[in-house]
Amino acid sequence: MDILWPLFYIAVYPGMFFLIAYGLFCQWFDRKLYAHMQNRRGPGCLQPLADLVKLLSKEIVIPKNVTEVRMFKILPYIAIAAVTTAALMIPFESTQSVVNFQGDLIAVLYILTIPTITFFLIGWSSQSPYSAIGSMRVLTQLFAYEVPLMLAMLAPAILADSWNTSDIALFYSSHPLLMLVNVIGLGVSLVALQGKLERVPFDIPHAETEIVGGVFTEYSGRLYGFIKLAIDMEMVVVAALINAVFLGGSFGLSGVWGFVLFIVKTLCIVFILALIKALMARVRIEQMLAFCWKYLAPLSILQIIISIIMRSVVWPNL
Amino acid sequence: MPKITVPLGPQHPALKEPGSFLLCLEGEQIVDATLRLGYNHRGVEKAAESRNYIQAMYLIERVCGICSHAHATAYVTNVEELAGVDIPKRAKAIRVIIGELERLHSHLLWLGVAAHEIGFDTLFMYSWRDREMVMDALETISGNRVHYSMNTLGGVRRDITAEQVKSVLSKVEALERRIKYYIELATEEPTVIARTKGVGVLPKDEAIKRCAAGPLARASGVARDTRKDDPYLIYNELDFKLITSDACDVFGRLYVRAFEMLESCKILKQVLNWLPEGAISIKIPVKLPPGQAVNRYEAPRGEDVHYLKSDGGLNPARVKVRAPTLANFASVDYMLKGDQLADAPLIIAAIDPCISCTDRATIITPSGTGIMIWQDMRAHGIEFYKRKGIDFSKVKVM
Repeated sequence: MDILWPLFYIAVYPGMFFLIAYGLFCQWFDRKLYAHMQNRRGPGCLQPLADLVKLLSKEIVIPKNVTEVRMFKILPYIAIAAVTTAALMIPFESTQSVVNFQGDLIAVLYILTIPTITFFLIGWSSQSPYSAIGSMRVLTQLFAYEVPLMLAMLAPAILADSWNTSDIALFYSSHPLLMLVNVIGLGVSLVALQGKLERVPFDIPHAETEIVGGVFTEYSGRLYGFIKLAIDMEMVVVAALINAVFLGGSFGLSGVWGFVLFIVKTLCIVFILALIKALMARVRIEQMLAFCWKYLAPLSILQIIISIIMRSVVWPNL
Repeated sequence: MPKITVPLGPQHPALKEPGSFLLCLEGEQIVDATLRLGYNHRGVEKAAESRNYIQAMYLIERVCGICSHAHATAYVTNVEELAGVDIPKRAKAIRVIIGELERLHSHLLWLGVAAHEIGFDTLFMYSWRDREMVMDALETISGNRVHYSMNTLGGVRRDITAEQVKSVLSKVEALERRIKYYIELATEEPTVIARTKGVGVLPKDEAIKRCAAGPLARASGVARDTRKDDPYLIYNELDFKLITSDACDVFGRLYVRAFEMLESCKILKQVLNWLPEGAISIKIPVKLPPGQAVNRYEAPRGEDVHYLKSDGGLNPARVKVRAPTLANFASVDYMLKGDQLADAPLIIAAIDPCISCTDRATIITPSGTGIMIWQDMRAHGIEFYKRKGIDFSKVKVM
């Protein structure tokens, strides 16, 4: 029986199946909120599933000048695999994540950059001018948001004196007021995540009116469906990560109530992400770089300094 | 860094109509741009020659879907000038009402398109929702939302009742409040300012040299507006400001269009509150005396020039349409050079291009045949369709 549990974790919960189902739900929730903010009605709740099923049933067209056809075909699955792996290291509804070791926060952040790298390779192997520009933008953007995001995520870890996401969540569950220390870091992370998830105002790599589909221009059918799915799953995983690192995870609860709390908190994060998306125009790539390095990076360093002072001077015995 | 060429069009999500913009890029910077028109030639001018004057008016109205009233009015003014009649003042006032409502809906449409180009879809949805108010007002008056067909030779087709005046006035007032909100939003939202300030710069001397028209010229500080320079209809009796901006960039064009909408509301309120009494149309002879006429009309996108020649027959001998986009198109490659790829769709959208209105003539040069004239083209067409099994040679064309 012991061998079946890991399989259950990987395939059903919190692995593939849950991520796909909840990812599609979050996509619908995001689209519906976005639509209501724009005075539209928005899609019905089965629309994302219908989109996915439609894409899965379509033919795959591979452009003639793609040299590495195997790579072209395999990249979307790598993105999904990376996202699912990261999900196993984050506590969802319980206090403990499935894979649990000291330093898994760094591992999660590292693994979550793999989808971005695969998007770069996707664009690069597509061999079309739009995709080529898109992949250059993916990499440029990666260098801009990744550093502030990483630094902002480290601040709560310093205060909790642990590099383990489950321990960090537990620490803030027992000291809820200390979450207020990390408010700046939370703001920085939410903005940087718009870059990671490639949403307005940082949807530069696939800016529709400039470079059509960006890196995904040449993708169609099943492969494109899986790319979209990977992005939806990534949204769930980063929302869970924010929940665990900044917002105290499940507050020591587990089981049904822990699950309900998890859903409510991640949907709140999706709401904030949708709000940012609705309020802004897309910026240019060099404006994005300037913004990330001039404002986000100093703010996240400030957050780290605050955390260090809090830890070593104000409450040394926590 | 190697240069790459990125095609923006003829089919591209940023373009609402086919037009080709070949951008030569160095990294993200545009170093050269090649523009091409001619994907949308519909032969409107030639078709007008085989219709009588009133039929041709409905055809000319369909030159453009957005400024349909502008083209129809410019054409009708030519016909009235050739016939030597002065139309009743009430008809003129009604034409002004439709013309200004049209300017409002065109500028609101532009605001939405420009917002979409910079990825600000919320503004796009909001401005298009409020545009519906103008469309409803136009429908109240004319019965149609897009091609109002309000004009007829010698006046207008329908009268405006007192209830219609009241309903349109309330809509204009509601709209004025919304426009003020948009002005506040567009001039204070940091991402909008970041994307529009200093983008697509067209200095004043360059705007004059390249014959820019309409809001594009006015945003470069050229005070040029046919309604002021060469007043037609009743514009000389109305009180409105000529909006200009010295910003010379996309932000200036946004500013000019936004404040022009407020001026349009002002004009509408004046005309609606003071509608002259009297007939709405007079009779015009079926055949016009031989002669030529040229008239200008300030369409929402700029100066619209129409030429009409009569040889005394039932049909116009020659109709020539110069849509404002053609005047503004020459400035696009200047504005594109040196800017970022990300700005290209916005710069193109900022002239409010209407490409199908612009495509008046096309020169087709298949290898070795040189320029084809009308007869050659017709022979080519008959030959082309014969190969597909359809014989058009029996069809009589003038």
